[in-house]
Amino acid sequence: MRQKLARAFGGIVVAALVFGGAACQAGEDSDSDSGSGANAACGLKIGFFGALTGDAAGLGIHMRNGTKLAIDQYNKDNADCTAEIVEYDSQGDPAKAPALATQAVGDQKVIAIIGPAFSGESEVADPIFQSGTLPTITPSATRPSLSTKGWSVFHRGVGNDESQGPAAGRYIKNVLKAEKVYVVDDQSAYGAGLADEVKKVIGAPAGEDKVAVKQTNFSAVVTKIKNSGATALFFGGYYTEAGLLLKQLKGAGWTGTMIAGDGVNDANFITVAGQQAAEGTILTCPCAPATEAKGTFVTDYKAAFDNAEPGTYADVSYDITKIVLEGLKDGKSTRADMLAWIKAYNKAGQATGVTYKFESNGELDPTQVLVWAFKVEAGKVVPDVEIPKA
Amino acid sequence: MNAHIEKVRSRGASMRARWDSMPRQVRWVALLALIVFLYLLPNRWFYINLWYFRTMESDMATVLFETAFFVLLAVGLNVVVGFAGLLDLGYFGFFAVGAYTVALLTSPESRFDIGWPWLAAVPAAVAVTMISGVILGGPTLRLRGDYLAIVTLGFAEMIRLYASRNEGIANGQRGIPQIPHPVPDVKGSDGQSLFGVVDARPYYWLTLTIIIFVILGVRNLTRSRVGRAWVAIREDEDAAQIMGVPTFKYKLWAFAIGAAVGGLSGALFAGKQSFINSDSFQLTNSILVLAAVILGGAGNIYGAVIGAFITWYLPEWVRGIGGALGLEINVAEYRILIFGAVLIVMMIFRPQGILPNRRRAAEFADRRQEAAPTEAST
Amino acid sequence: MDFDGLLRDFPDLTTTGLAQGAIYALVALGYTLVYGVLRLINFAHSEVFMIGTVAALGTWQALGYNQNSSVGGIGLILLLLLAGLAAAVVASTLTAVAVERVAYRPLRRRNAPPLAFLITAIGASFVLFEAVGLFSDNLHIGGERAPFGMVTVIKPENVISVGGWDITNTQILVILSAIGMLIALDTFVNRSRLGRGIRAVAQDPDTAALMGVNKDRVILLVFVIGGIMAGAAALLWNVAYTFSRFDVGFLIGLKAFSAAVLGGIGNLRGALLGGLLLGVVENYAAGLFGGDWKDFTGFVVLIVLLMFRPTGLLGESLGRARA
Repeated sequence: MRQKLARAFGGIVVAALVFGGAACQAGEDSDSDSGSGANAACGLKIGFFGALTGDAAGLGIHMRNGTKLAIDQYNKDNADCTAEIVEYDSQGDPAKAPALATQAVGDQKVIAIIGPAFSGESEVADPIFQSGTLPTITPSATRPSLSTKGWSVFHRGVGNDESQGPAAGRYIKNVLKAEKVYVVDDQSAYGAGLADEVKKVIGAPAGEDKVAVKQTNFSAVVTKIKNSGATALFFGGYYTEAGLLLKQLKGAGWTGTMIAGDGVNDANFITVAGQQAAEGTILTCPCAPATEAKGTFVTDYKAAFDNAEPGTYADVSYDITKIVLEGLKDGKSTRADMLAWIKAYNKAGQATGVTYKFESNGELDPTQVLVWAFKVEAGKVVPDVEIPKA
Repeated sequence: MNAHIEKVRSRGASMRARWDSMPRQVRWVALLALIVFLYLLPNRWFYINLWYFRTMESDMATVLFETAFFVLLAVGLNVVVGFAGLLDLGYFGFFAVGAYTVALLTSPESRFDIGWPWLAAVPAAVAVTMISGVILGGPTLRLRGDYLAIVTLGFAEMIRLYASRNEGIANGQRGIPQIPHPVPDVKGSDGQSLFGVVDARPYYWLTLTIIIFVILGVRNLTRSRVGRAWVAIREDEDAAQIMGVPTFKYKLWAFAIGAAVGGLSGALFAGKQSFINSDSFQLTNSILVLAAVILGGAGNIYGAVIGAFITWYLPEWVRGIGGALGLEINVAEYRILIFGAVLIVMMIFRPQGILPNRRRAAEFADRRQEAAPTEAST
Repeated sequence: MDFDGLLRDFPDLTTTGLAQGAIYALVALGYTLVYGVLRLINFAHSEVFMIGTVAALGTWQALGYNQNSSVGGIGLILLLLLAGLAAAVVASTLTAVAVERVAYRPLRRRNAPPLAFLITAIGASFVLFEAVGLFSDNLHIGGERAPFGMVTVIKPENVISVGGWDITNTQILVILSAIGMLIALDTFVNRSRLGRGIRAVAQDPDTAALMGVNKDRVILLVFVIGGIMAGAAALLWNVAYTFSRFDVGFLIGLKAFSAAVLGGIGNLRGALLGGLLLGVVENYAAGLFGGDWKDFTGFVVLIVLLMFRPTGLLGESLGRARA
């Protein structure tokens, strides 16, 4: 029922948006800062760019929810001067990205973009955002090379693959002290990137293999891992494949520990693998545990979205959306002002506890990048230790 | 219900008859007006007046460009499926080959790193896809229809699976960035290169122009000896063979021409996108192109164009329309469901497609006559 | 290339490949039967399988067993298996029949060309998997199409262990059930009266109709049998892989269709042979070249084989060879 209500509400919002947009087409550029707040910029839009339908929607929707939560809270506190969320559903497909990115650039009311969620679509969409100097902060596109392309609008709210991968490697080497490690990745840019970084730290693995995204039968790789005598497995990839692989591995009698990155750090991982199989799995994340932070993010999120656990990066999205919202509150009503605001930002986020301070290339200040190891215990992902830098 | 169908059918037939009976000049003017309309379409001042027919939540010009390369694909596949009657389920494989060839030859970040200009890479891409079409078609075109379907499908999947390997030359999901845009020397009025990042209109105009030329070429081909051979093969391959038509040669021709058009479309896509990775070449796309051709009317070039337009433009349009009409649900979420239902309904009520090929429509009428007695008996 | 690894893992890769291939084979039967009778690639069959897996899973959840429950006792296992089988078979059969009624029969009445059937099949496939996708979206919160985890009905245990060659109870169950069902179906088609009707229509629909065979009923029967086999495959899938999702049918369908063609489409025994062969070859390829070449090799084998044996390993035969 609630779902239906939410959809109905969404429909109405979109309707209002379209009619509103059509109505004020002519005066679009002039009326953007005619707000009633003291000094704040009103009636502007924050775009969320990522997969909301299609195969990759599982990751995108939680980020959208994080962004939406931040904006809804802001609107409650500032009822006379609100901001709006616009969703750009890229379906995670780089081919679909340009039309949406161009649309966002063309809409002068869009002041900043949260996203693009994936690295592939970032490659296509970010040049378009750059040409419209529309500032972006991505909560989850972790490909290292994105910050080297000279896009001044690009900001990354998390550490890239080069921070998380080596940390996972150090955990395997120093904490688990595993001798024989098997490395598997899902051939995605994200998964393979992490696996490569891990291999650099741990040296020669006991064996390595690749699987495919959407693969469901892992019998061949299970056989190989079991017969290799490995006691630890690093998996670079996302939660569905990780859950299935682990379940089939445990089913075949393997007793080692699986270590995986933040793509697996999701409640659905335990749903797929089942509690027994998932028990003891180590999940790294370039984020601090929510309980460490001061905010009430988790309870707020659950209250807003039908008791759903916030998925991976929902907290990052929430925090980076707040950066933009604070900018609006401060009266930053143009894209250039907002860009400068983001570049100069230096404050801790409520949900992640990470201090958001960006370097000139848009990367999060490396001293602020924390990598934590989480552990699955009794069907819950609980914080284990912070992995020390080097 | 049947009476209704008959009525709809006869209405379609009479529309066509009226079009045919119009004076030649009137038809030319109408066609010219349509072409002018299509060239004007991506301009904001123009499409803004189109009320609800424009896309609300994605950039109209970009969507039009994407629709255009999809139309080009449908025109190419129509040669294979519609004219020669060869069931190709993996047509998007050729699109991928074309796109990757351009990417590898032009991008400074590809493993080849030779950095050709886009314009030089396009003929190469067309040649490579044509050759890959011949290599694939050579051994498999001797197979019967349905086997050809699975072989082509397998081919497209092999291309995709290879492309998604990180170690392969296609770089997997990491993809190949920095593919140059077409002809950087042509400057627009603002001194910037005409083929830039944001404005999709030049790409659309380029693709539209190419489509018109390809359509002219294919049309002339179908009216030539080659086209008649294709029709003969489609109707009855054995009979054609006996009558002295070298069926294998002409089938291979159809396959190669289709592949080349697919490759051309891929080259355009790579030039606009400037980044490609394995995510853009899913198997569903092959199926969508086929659906577009058959929806529009296999064997009719304009049918294929309309089918492709509907198949690609409609879902993008649906994105925004739910809100625009004030519906309670988010229509975008249901777009694939709706598309599937449209396919079924369409095929039941108009199996020959929206704009059928004339000869094929006649065949359908025959088949329907044959079916009529059994229907009465059950 | 990892020849040592392949040698070391050879026995295990064989058994797991056979188990996977058995499921391909059961799904392939649906394709092969429909093709044999109607000369039509039933694209929607993959979704018939998918609906079976979801139905069995839903039944187990309704009975109170989810991915975190542990199941003990032979009685409970049998109960769950039977309940799951019933649910999967009923759901799959109903889906198969519905597809026939909605998407194929109206076309047949109008004597539509084969391509039109292909497109309605694709349309039906889209509708079915999107419907389940939207449904799973509503089940889980947050608008996400989440994967379904499910109870492990039979805990895999090694029952045979000869010199490093481990065979688990689930593998034996899957392989033996598949072979058993194929033998039963083969006998049915070749010996029973209804089976003769199927063969007659496959061979020459018009003459069969003249001889008093009700074509529509035979076609319905074919879809029912295909649905039952897909339902059984769905249960075995659930037992062996304990996972489902709205798009799980796509890859299985593609593989099963390849298996049917590999063995000779329209040929029941060919479907079994093709399925098992494909399952094993894929596993060997994964062992030798690595997991990223698994699916690739499957298609290479298919294409190469078709070049040398254009009608598959055993040839097309439903109703023809042994009529």
